[in-house]
Amino acid sequence: MIFFDRFRVPILYAGMAALLLLVGLAQSWQVMLAILNLCLISAVMALGVNIQWGYAGLFNVGIMGFAALGGVGAVLTAMPPVPAAWAAGGINLGLTALVIALFLALILFVRSRITAYRGPVTLILVFLAYGVMRLFLDPASDAIEAVNSAAQGYLGGVGLPILIGWPVGGLFAAAAAYVIGKIALGLRSDYLAIATLGISEIILAVIKNENWLTRGVKNVTGLPRPVPYERDLQSADWLISLANRLGTDPTTASTIAVRLAYACLFTVVLIAILWLSQRALHSPWGRMMRAIRDNRDAAEAMGKDVARRHLQVFVIGSAVVGIGGAMLTTLDGQFTPSSYNPLRYTFLIWVMVIAGGSGNNWGAVLGAFVIWYVWVIAEPAGRWLMELVTAGMDPTGFLRNHLLEGAAHLRPFFMGLILLLVLRFAPRGLIPERKGR
Amino acid sequence: MDFWNALVLLSNFVLIPALAYGSQLALGALGVTLIYAVLRFSNFAHGDMMAFGTMVTILATWGLQSAGISLGVLPTALLAMPAGIAAAILLALGTDRMVYRFYRRQRSPGVVFVMASVGVMFIYNALTRLFIGTSDQRFEDGARFVFRVSDFKAWTGLDQGLALRTSQLVTVLVMIIVVAFVFWFLQKTRTGKAMRAFSDNEDLALLSGINPDRVVRITWILAATLATIAGVLYGLDKSFRPFVYFQLLLPIFASAIVGGIGQPLGAIAGGFIVAFSEVTVTYAWKGVLRYLLPEDLQPDGLVQLLGTDYKFAVSFIILVVVLLIRPTGIFRGRVI
Repeated sequence: MIFFDRFRVPILYAGMAALLLLVGLAQSWQVMLAILNLCLISAVMALGVNIQWGYAGLFNVGIMGFAALGGVGAVLTAMPPVPAAWAAGGINLGLTALVIALFLALILFVRSRITAYRGPVTLILVFLAYGVMRLFLDPASDAIEAVNSAAQGYLGGVGLPILIGWPVGGLFAAAAAYVIGKIALGLRSDYLAIATLGISEIILAVIKNENWLTRGVKNVTGLPRPVPYERDLQSADWLISLANRLGTDPTTASTIAVRLAYACLFTVVLIAILWLSQRALHSPWGRMMRAIRDNRDAAEAMGKDVARRHLQVFVIGSAVVGIGGAMLTTLDGQFTPSSYNPLRYTFLIWVMVIAGGSGNNWGAVLGAFVIWYVWVIAEPAGRWLMELVTAGMDPTGFLRNHLLEGAAHLRPFFMGLILLLVLRFAPRGLIPERKGR
Repeated sequence: MDFWNALVLLSNFVLIPALAYGSQLALGALGVTLIYAVLRFSNFAHGDMMAFGTMVTILATWGLQSAGISLGVLPTALLAMPAGIAAAILLALGTDRMVYRFYRRQRSPGVVFVMASVGVMFIYNALTRLFIGTSDQRFEDGARFVFRVSDFKAWTGLDQGLALRTSQLVTVLVMIIVVAFVFWFLQKTRTGKAMRAFSDNEDLALLSGINPDRVVRITWILAATLATIAGVLYGLDKSFRPFVYFQLLLPIFASAIVGGIGQPLGAIAGGFIVAFSEVTVTYAWKGVLRYLLPEDLQPDGLVQLLGTDYKFAVSFIILVVVLLIRPTGIFRGRVI
């Protein structure tokens, strides 16, 4: 037992690697790499949540919104611009931006001059700004959406390499987090959770409905890729000879090569963020964060600016989630707002962090790997379980078919069960936070 | 005449729908606020509890329908509701025994309860989906309307018509009965008084011999009942889809907080405030203004402040405004 405790991290990680290898050997390497890629992306998002929850104790259940914003960042960076749409709605859009900027300046000016009724006055100005903005935004949006609406109907992006979209996605999420944090971070845990839950729904509603920005539910497909296309690889001589030497066909080899390339890119990002997170956690800043988390009042009494630190950590964590979201959109090659749902993009990430060990970065990463793995195998496992349960039943019966159909829905069941079991029996997770450092 | 036309139009598209929606939110928020008052955590699984109770009710409704039993003009679901309520109560009590009791004994911080309720939410969600799937279900039967637009036009001779759907009338009536019962229970019965005492000061209540397990049990029974009723009424009025019920969580929480968390009266008021704001802000006012404004002031656009897809933004803005200006809510509830 002592041996296990000392080498807990390497043993658990080796076990996880063995599980992934098992998929590769038993099923296929393509499937294994597909799982691995999503594990890596989930790990980045889980690190973002761990920064907010594990370091500072902020209960943010708006992860989905920040992940979606990261995806928007990738889309707006990488897609080619649509000049006709800019010509149609550019002027009105510019005026909209001007109105927002003017009102922002006005609000800041007014707030600096008055002391009483700051909140109500700000609110009135915000509503006024919204009304004026709509005067310009509505015609701009209509004009843009009319431009070749079947294929485009949006402004497009700036046509830069999609890798630049990853930090841009992080920036988008960070900017949103700054605004949200300014409003909601004064709230204690339950209120913050409810507020962030609402914000993520609002972000998704905006992304789904503002077609001029991201085509809404019409989806943006065919995002440029940071890695070569399979069909180009299949005609490359080196790949064909490699495939021959390994004894596979070029089609399989090209799929593996592409997924492997993605995995390398994601690993680089994950290691960079993990390294930075570890450095931050073991710095005076990290100690201060944990002090604030463990006893807010005492930290405040010691002169720490709790509100500012909370805002800072909220922005940083959200930016990391945004980077993860941009990576996910890149991997999918498309941006589909209707595919975002809170169970998959918010609460699943939370299960990863809690199961892995909140406050411990290695734990969060491991949790992401394990939980994503379970999430993937939950469906076949559920089907197998259901077949076992229904084995004695009439093969054409309603109940049997209904239960077999329902096997897919066992996924959330397993997730809930894991969360409850971890909370009850191992509340500090697989790799607990180390104390006293 | 124009004034009456505008009023009828407003009633048809704003007042009556908002009244029905507000009743549903009020019942949901009442459950959330009771759980907060006694168990001291925000129950994230409440939306999925509503979905579960409604799901059982729908299954029972189908059973009754195939047996040829109906309530005539009223929806059969009202007859099937006790089955849904019973199932939801069993589920809630089972959950409390398996999950929450442990943390209560440990005196865990509130955030642990909230996390656990997220796990419970996953499981309820899976159960609902397992039995009924994720698609839309409509289970309203009986007479669809109390009176129709054409009836109303014939009676009054106005240009605009008014329709009252059975589900809307049923919603409001059921809400009034249920709320009256809950208030009578909380104010007049020994158990209700024990609950309020427990909510005000737990230690003092324990000292005076109140059985905490019993109070908690009664709270779950009330919350599960209210959740199922709210869910069934919402499903009758609109339609049943598990994911929509999860999304109702936000307006329900907003209602509870606006009214003051832990205050039953506040939850009711909050429900109506949220519902009326949501419906008025997302309503296109052009039709009403056409009757009220003189010819030269007629608006060009729809005069819709916010698209219907942004209705969550309304709950959220109300929430933020209340938290910034009056964190205790209207009825001076607790601050979490």
